[in-house]
Formats: sequence, structure tokens, C-alpha cells
Amino acid sequence: MQEAIIKRAKELLADGTVNRVVGWKAGDFAYDVTPAVFTSAEELDKDFLYNDFCAPNLSKYLIKESRKEGKVLVFLKPCDSYSFNQLLKEHRILRDNVYVIAIPCRGKVDIGTVRDSGIKGITDMECDGETLTIHTLYGDKTMSHADSLGDKCKTCKTKKHAACFDEMIGEEGEPNNDGKRFEMVEKLEAMTSEERFNFWRNELSKCIRCNACRNVCPACSCENCVFDNPASGIQQRAAVTSFEENMFHLIRAFHVAGRCTDCGECTRVCPQNIPLHLLNRKYIKDINEFYGEYQAGENFDERAPLNAYTFTDCEPDVVYKRGGNA
Amino acid sequence: MQRIGVFVCHCGTNIAATVDVKAVAEELKNEPGVVFTADYQYMCSEAGQNLIQDTIRNERLTGVVVCSCSPRMHEATFRKAAAKAGLNSYMVEVANIREQCSWIHKDKVSGTEKAIILARAAIAKVQLNAPLTPGQTPVTKRALVIGGGIAGIQCALDIADAGYEVDIVEKKSTIGGKMTQIDKTFPTLDCASCILTPKMVEVAQNEKIHIYSYSEVEAVTGFVGNFDVKIRKKARYVDETKCTGCGECTTKCPMKKIPNEFNMGFDNRSAIYIPFAQAVPKVATIDPDHCNMLKNGKCGVCAKICTANAIDYKQQDQIIEEKYGAIVAATGYNHIDVSKYDEFAYNQSKDVVTSLEFERLMNAAGPTGGHLKRPSDGRDPKTIVFVQCVGSREAPPCAKGGKEYCSKICCMYTAKHAILVKDHYPDTNVYVFYIDVRTPGKLFDEFYRRAVEQYGVHYIKGMVGKVAPQGDGTLMVQASDLIANDQLHIKADMVVLAAAIEPDKSARHLATMLTASMDTNDFFTEAHAKLRPVESPTAGVFLAGVAQGPKDIPETVVQAGAAASKVIGLLSKDQLTGNPCVANPDELMCNGCSSCEKVCPYGAITYADKEFRQPDRTVAIRRVAQVNPAVCQGCGACTVACPSGAMDLKGFTNKQIMAEVDAICR
Amino acid sequence: MSVNTEFKPLIVAFCCNWCSYAGADLAGTNRLQYPADVKIIRVPCSCRVNPMFVLRAFQRGADGVILCGCHPGDCHYTSGNYFTRRRMALLFSMLDYMGIEKERTRVEWVSAAEGAKFAKTMNEFVETVTKLGENRRLEDLRCKKQS
Repeated sequence: MQEAIIKRAKELLADGTVNRVVGWKAGDFAYDVTPAVFTSAEELDKDFLYNDFCAPNLSKYLIKESRKEGKVLVFLKPCDSYSFNQLLKEHRILRDNVYVIAIPCRGKVDIGTVRDSGIKGITDMECDGETLTIHTLYGDKTMSHADSLGDKCKTCKTKKHAACFDEMIGEEGEPNNDGKRFEMVEKLEAMTSEERFNFWRNELSKCIRCNACRNVCPACSCENCVFDNPASGIQQRAAVTSFEENMFHLIRAFHVAGRCTDCGECTRVCPQNIPLHLLNRKYIKDINEFYGEYQAGENFDERAPLNAYTFTDCEPDVVYKRGGNA
Repeated sequence: MQRIGVFVCHCGTNIAATVDVKAVAEELKNEPGVVFTADYQYMCSEAGQNLIQDTIRNERLTGVVVCSCSPRMHEATFRKAAAKAGLNSYMVEVANIREQCSWIHKDKVSGTEKAIILARAAIAKVQLNAPLTPGQTPVTKRALVIGGGIAGIQCALDIADAGYEVDIVEKKSTIGGKMTQIDKTFPTLDCASCILTPKMVEVAQNEKIHIYSYSEVEAVTGFVGNFDVKIRKKARYVDETKCTGCGECTTKCPMKKIPNEFNMGFDNRSAIYIPFAQAVPKVATIDPDHCNMLKNGKCGVCAKICTANAIDYKQQDQIIEEKYGAIVAATGYNHIDVSKYDEFAYNQSKDVVTSLEFERLMNAAGPTGGHLKRPSDGRDPKTIVFVQCVGSREAPPCAKGGKEYCSKICCMYTAKHAILVKDHYPDTNVYVFYIDVRTPGKLFDEFYRRAVEQYGVHYIKGMVGKVAPQGDGTLMVQASDLIANDQLHIKADMVVLAAAIEPDKSARHLATMLTASMDTNDFFTEAHAKLRPVESPTAGVFLAGVAQGPKDIPETVVQAGAAASKVIGLLSKDQLTGNPCVANPDELMCNGCSSCEKVCPYGAITYADKEFRQPDRTVAIRRVAQVNPAVCQGCGACTVACPSGAMDLKGFTNKQIMAEVDAICR
Repeated sequence: MSVNTEFKPLIVAFCCNWCSYAGADLAGTNRLQYPADVKIIRVPCSCRVNPMFVLRAFQRGADGVILCGCHPGDCHYTSGNYFTRRRMALLFSMLDYMGIEKERTRVEWVSAAEGAKFAKTMNEFVETVTKLGENRRLEDLRCKKQS
């Protein structure tokens, strides 16, 4: 796959279709893959990567890249294609300046999942087909590829791209309707209010307001964030109190509600391993239940659920009426 | 720092009985920014207003808080008073300590405490108030009426009558609309042409009215008072200024086998045609799809025989640009296509017709000269079955193109048809199948009862299940009689379908151009269902006729007149004074994501690409929202839709409201 | 200081100018009593209420927040309350999901003619929130007076 991608990238560079490529390269560790811009065949050969560690969603980088001179080539995994489309819909990406190649994804290895399995002192990892080999200070360990995925990939919403690409390398996948995506949200919903509060207090109290979730999120791509805007009345840099921790994540989730494509980047990059995607998925689940199935970024013309209404929408007291635990 | 004066009103004992006004005035002295406090018997009295004005001057106040009755009562009074003393009206806030405090509490301690808190909230808000000036925009004193049916005609006549210029844009080659095709009108049974054509002539002769027939609106920009409209005047290949409407060309044209739309295809017209004798303008039009000269360059008969030299095969579409202060959408309706309703055999039998087709068959100027004959064999029909609600009041999903709503006019025109048939041909059997008979309206129910009682029309509550064409040319109608709980088989000679009406297809595109909202059925939405029924939420756009919802001729004329009066009200102003409390985007914060535009009910938000200097000194071009203050009504929906907080509302800014929250929760 | 140690909740009510604020005025005109704990903030339309305002109220120690707007279909601005309905349904659901007692938040449609409904709504809401007691889960503890 990687060879095919590099070959095509070189062709498009050579024939002048594009003048640079947004892709992935290795970071400090092999599993720590980072987005990168490539401008020549040499760079592509040297650094370009596409493997089971290439989790970063490249769509957000196009907000800036598509505004530069010349056309840029980007590779989008199914997840990323929805983000890309959503950004297009919001006029954030200049489509004419981007050449999109859709590439398949079978789920990315998640370092958090590997660590959570009890493996410590990880120095390097490599994935060979179905087996993940983990080099550690204490010798090599193995794990199946399927077990090493993050929650997001284990409950992958779809392996089918949103219709936004110019061409495709590899095979198109299928949507996943196994219903597992909202399992964790349902589990939380089944708790008592007190338990939920404790769950989220416990999680959000870990927040160090590094803003990684905000910076990586393709939906959170405001020119200026409300939390940085003195006129918003809620400007804050670092959360000082438990309230401000709640406030930041509540508002962030609300602002991306109906726009979040569930790419899961927020959780992936959180250095404190806060399962932030559970907030977004709650909104997605509620939107689906209240206003009908909606996948942000899927349909270009459909209105975002919060920018639309019907005369017969449920009343806000649906929250009390649906019961659940106090 | 603001210099704020606080005035606490006793309102006689209305407030003073449950609020210790002196204590309130005393306590508020300590609020930041407050330089003066006073209490007074009646702040709204002249003496009270004088107190405010004197204090503004003497204490050089920059802000005023009046603790009194509801702002809905006297906010305007106090604002006006402040303005007279040279303070911007929008620097005045009212704390409602009567309706929302003294009148609902009995305990003076808690009443006083609450009054202080409410006043603090108002003071906190005034701290952040900024002077606001309502925008002024000039008004172009010319109206555009889109659609030349009875709605558009009435509306244009009324506007012109008030002395304003009006243009009518009609996509057909003549004005008149659906009413021209109708035979008689209910409940009086006077002939539609007799009452309509004089009005059409009046329009043609009115100096203030200009008709753009065979034309369509191409583009609309601008806003209330200042619309710029492009009108496409389609080539009709006849010079309107020269054509005398003699009709010689239409008789000589060799292409004569073209189904005549005006007569619902029951007869033919020529390629060059005048739709009907009383057409306005009475000018011939060449149908380019059928004209041999235009298609193959061979013929030219009409040009040869036209003594006025009006034929111009080289005519091109013309784009006319005009400015208008107000626009009326009167785009009318059509019947739905009933061919998907297989059970009624519309496609199988010529003797199954829609009501509008039936109108032509009954019309003295129609294809049969007013003698009702079966379209298939020309025989006199002896039994006629009318089917009501074909496509109306359907349960979703309405797969055959039906509608959930009631088309409103069908009950009455079917009663009319039944009466007319029985009147002309008393030995005809007439059946009407209905779900309900709805006859609200002056003399409507009497009319319907006349059909039943005087003319012996068989009204049967029930649905027609199937219409089956028989070998002998008759139609077997299977139906249920819900009252007798019986299955009926009626051998009919003709079946007439009361097809649902739907807005003209062009309305959707027009609504987009006007940024006027529409409901799910593509009817234009009114600004308020009850209180502003002839205005679109988009300022300067008005609604008349079926474009807004199903209605009959009298109602249409009423609405057209009402729309005209609204237009006249608007055009009579030289300047429009806006509401200064409008949305206010911060370009530096704006992402250009279009969220705000999506929730704006008025189409007040547009986008522009602007250059911004980046921190790294490069220049970036970004799409940013722009609000037209003349159109924005200040609801604030956009402020919440905006994720970056770039959109704020003047007079109710995020900071102001949060300051109020803080003051209350302090 | 009052010796009454009974818990008095702090309720912030956002009322739209055209229907609910007028409804509240009518409640006053008809002298319909409801607790002084309710403090009303006037907004042009319920759709002006940003979730930030609701959270801010809780942060500053409000025990309950209620939004009142025109009945669906009656919005002065035609569609504002439809957006409010969606926004608040989602926000309240999220607050509930995060363990904030859902009874502390409410949306009610009150027309300008429904003074009685306004008073009744406020009485009920104050009662509900009083039963819940002080809002401890979502507030900035620095804002509370030390007792």
C-alpha cells in the first residue's frame, strides 16, 4: 500500500498536478507517526509512511495548505474524508487547490490500548499483518492487531469514504453497523447521575488544558477560539477550577455538536487519556435519536442538525421524560 | 468608566408598598459607576422625566437605570427623555421592579432585596452599553409584483392607485393567470372572464403599471427598500411595440397541430399564437419549439403577412435591470400531476379529467363552445362522478406526489361544477365523493346545500377505490359509501378529479433569490402566522395569493390588497429607520462557516472574501460574515450558532448578558 | 442576618421579550405570586440564549436555570424557538450525562397571555430546585460565600 501511495504521489508531483503532498512520517518513535508536508520525490522516498500507526487525521491541515500557492495532494482515510467534507461544507478548505486520494484503513494501533494491556517500557513497535510486535525494555511482546486498536477503531463507524475524493488507491470498505459505537455511552447513561458525575469529575480533573484536543480537532478549527476571545465573556487560558474544566469540555463539545464527524482525534491526542470522544458521541447519539440519523460530513447539502429544525422536534423535556437514573 | 444615574420609581404605592424604594436608592449608591441615585413618586410623569433630564445634564451621566414598571411599558418613554437631554437612548436600561417584583411579592424584605438585585443587573448591563444609532436607508419608490394572476393584478392596481410605480413580471405571454381559464366563480356563478378581463385592461391602461410579460426574474440582490432585480424578457420573436394583436398570423401559420395549453390540450393552436382573445398584452408570441422558421429557417409566412412588420425572428432574450423598494411574490399554483394515481385511470381514459380541464369543457370560450361533451367520443355524458381530495389531505409519505394539506378550493368548485352541470343538463346524474365537505365562507354553505337540496346532486361520503374503463366506453367507478356502509358500482360517462393544488415550481428558485423562507410544501412562509400574514420574514418581501397557501379568489384579492397596503406603507417612507440592536460580526473571529446564515430567518447575512494580515505578516484571504443592518431584526439566533463567538448582538451582547447573570448570582 | 436557615434557591430565568417576558409581566399585573428567588433576564428571543449563559449562571452559583420562549410556531422571529428547542434539548441531555441533575434545567413555552402559566411554572420550578438543594456539582466554589 505504502509503495503504491508513494508511486502515485511522485507521479502527481512529476506531472505538475500538485506541488506538495500532505502525508505522514515517523516521529521520535516509529509508532509516533506525525503529519508532514513533502515537496519532492526524494523526500517521499526517504520519509513518507503509510502503515498501521498513521492515525493522524490530515484534513485539518488543508485549511492552511489549500490557501497556499499551487495544488496540494492529500491522502484521506475513511474517517478523515468525513472531516474533509465537513470542512468543505463550512467553506474552510478551498477544494480546487486540493487533490484528494482516498486510501483504505483497517484500524490504527493505539499506544494507549497497548499500554493499558500492561505493557511497559515500550521502545518500538512494528506491525506485520495481524501481529503487533512490541519491543520493550523487558524484551519483545506480541499482541494481535485487532486487540491493539483504540476504542474509536474497535467501534469504527465506517470503512467507506465520504464522496470527496479525486481517486482511490486500494479497495473501498463498507460501513459498520454493528451498533458497538455507542456501547460506552449507553453504559454511562445507565449509571446513576451521581456515578456519572463521579466518572466525569474523575476524567476531567485530569485535564491540564494543554488544548491538544482543540488543536487537533478538525471541527474545532476556529480562527479564534471563544476561550481566547476577551469579548466572549468566558475567556480562559488554563482551567483553575473544576467548573472551568467542565465548562471548557462542555462548550467544546457543544460547539462541535452536529459538526463532529467522530474521527476520535481528541481522545487519541489527549496526554491524560481522557475519553473525550464520549462527549461527542453522546451528542451524536442524541442527535440520531432526536432528529434522525446524521453523519457530519457525509452529505454536502444536508443542514447540520443544530442549524435546522422541524415543527415536530421533541421538546427539551425529553431529557426528563426518557427516564434513566436520577 | 460610566457615570450612571439610578432612578427608583414609587409608582404611587404600586412599587413602594412592597419595595422599600428609599433603601433601594441608598443601597445602589455603592454600586460601581453609580454617581447619583434618587427615588420619585412617578418617574414616567413629566416631572419624573424632567428629573432624569436634569440629572443627565447636571451630573454628566453616561448611563441611566430606571427601576420602575416593565420596560415593555415605559422603556420608550425613558429613552426618549434621555435623548432629549442629549444622552443616547440606548444608554438607558429599565429594571422591572413592579410587574416582576412588587406586584408578585408580599414580603417587603425579600421584595426590597430582589429589587436591589434586579437594579444591579441593569447597572451591570449599562456599564457595558454603548451608544447605538439606528441605520437609515433610502427607499426606492417602485414595487415589483412577481406573477400576473389575479393576486398580482389586484396588488399592482392597488399600489398604482396610491401613486407608486409598479412592474409586473409574468412568465406567460399574457397576464391573468389561472382565473382566465376558469368558467364561472363560486358562490355567485358570475363568469370569471367578465370580472377578470376588465381588471387586466385596467392594468394595461394604468400609466403607473408596466407589464413584463413572457419574462422571468433572473436575479435579486439588495434588501428592503433597495432591491436590484434582473428580469429576463424572453424572446417572443414579435415586436411588442408593433404588433396590433390582429391575429392574422395565427390563422395563416402552417404549424397548427400544437396542443393548446390554454384549453388544457383539448384543441390545437398554431406556432405563432395569442393564448386567448382577451390576452393582455394582446401580442402574438412564437413558440420556438414548433416554429419551422426558427427551427429550420424555412417558412416565414407570419412575417410575410404581418402588415405591422412586427415579426422578428432574430429577437434575443433581453435582460432588464431595475431597482425596487418592495417585492410581492404572487407566483400562484398548479394542479398536481394526477397521472401517478393509477386507480383513477387518468392516463387510460380521456373521459377522466381534472377539474381545471373540466372548466375548459364547460366554458363558452372553450374548445367545445361551452357544450359539455365527452372528450373521447363527443357524446353527452349522462352520469358524471366527481372525486374530491385527489392528492389532498394525504397521509405521509405521499409517494404519488400528493399533499398533506387541504387544497381548500376543491369542495367549492366541485359544488359549482355540479350545479352548472345540473343547471345546463338537468337529466344528468351527478355524484360527488368526498371525505368532508368544507364550506366556510360567506354564502359558501348555502351554495353547497343548494347543490344537494335544489339540484339533487348525490353527495356520498366515501372514497373512490377504482375507475375502470369498460369496453363500451363507460367508466366503472368502484367506491365505498361510508355512511350507508355499502360498496357502490357506478357506471359513469365521465370522472372529474379534484386534483390538489401546489405552489408553482418556479417559487422555490424565486424564494432562494429573495432569501424568503418556505415551508416544506414550498409555500412562502409568512413573517407571523397570525399577525403578519402578508409579509415574508425577509423585510421588503410581501406575499399574495396561493404562493403563501391555498386560497380562493376572494381571499386572494383580500390578501393582495393587504400586501399592497404594506407595500404602500413601505414606499411612502423616504428613509427606513432600522433597529440598531442588530447582529454584529467580528471579522477577525469569523470562520466564514455559514452557520449563522443557516439560522437567519431574514437572509440578513452574506459573506465576502476579505484580506487579513496574519501574525507572520503574510496576507490571507478569508471568507467572513457580513450583516445587513437594514434586514437584521435582532433575534440573536446567529450569535449562538456561531462556534467562534464572532457574532454578537448589539444591545444584548454576550458580555452584557453575562454581566447580568453575574450581578444576579453575586 | 436572617435566622431563617431554610435553603432559598437562586433561579435565573431567561425570558424572550415578545412572549414570556410579557407573560411574566401579566403574572405581575394579575398579582400572581411566585417566589422572589426567580430573577428574570430579558433577551430578544429564546434563541439568543447561549449555552455559555446557562453554564455561567451555574458557575456563579445559580441553583436552577430556566428558559422561557414563545410557543413553537409563535416565535416573533418565526424560527428562533425551534433552534432553542434543539440546542437546549441537546445541552440539557449533555448536562444530565455529565451528572448535573437534569431537574435544574428547564425550557418552558409561555405566551404573553399565559401569566398564570408563568407563575405556575416558576412555583413548580422553585419547588423542584428547592428539593434538590444547593447546586454543588456545577459551580465555581470560589464564588460561594464561606459559611
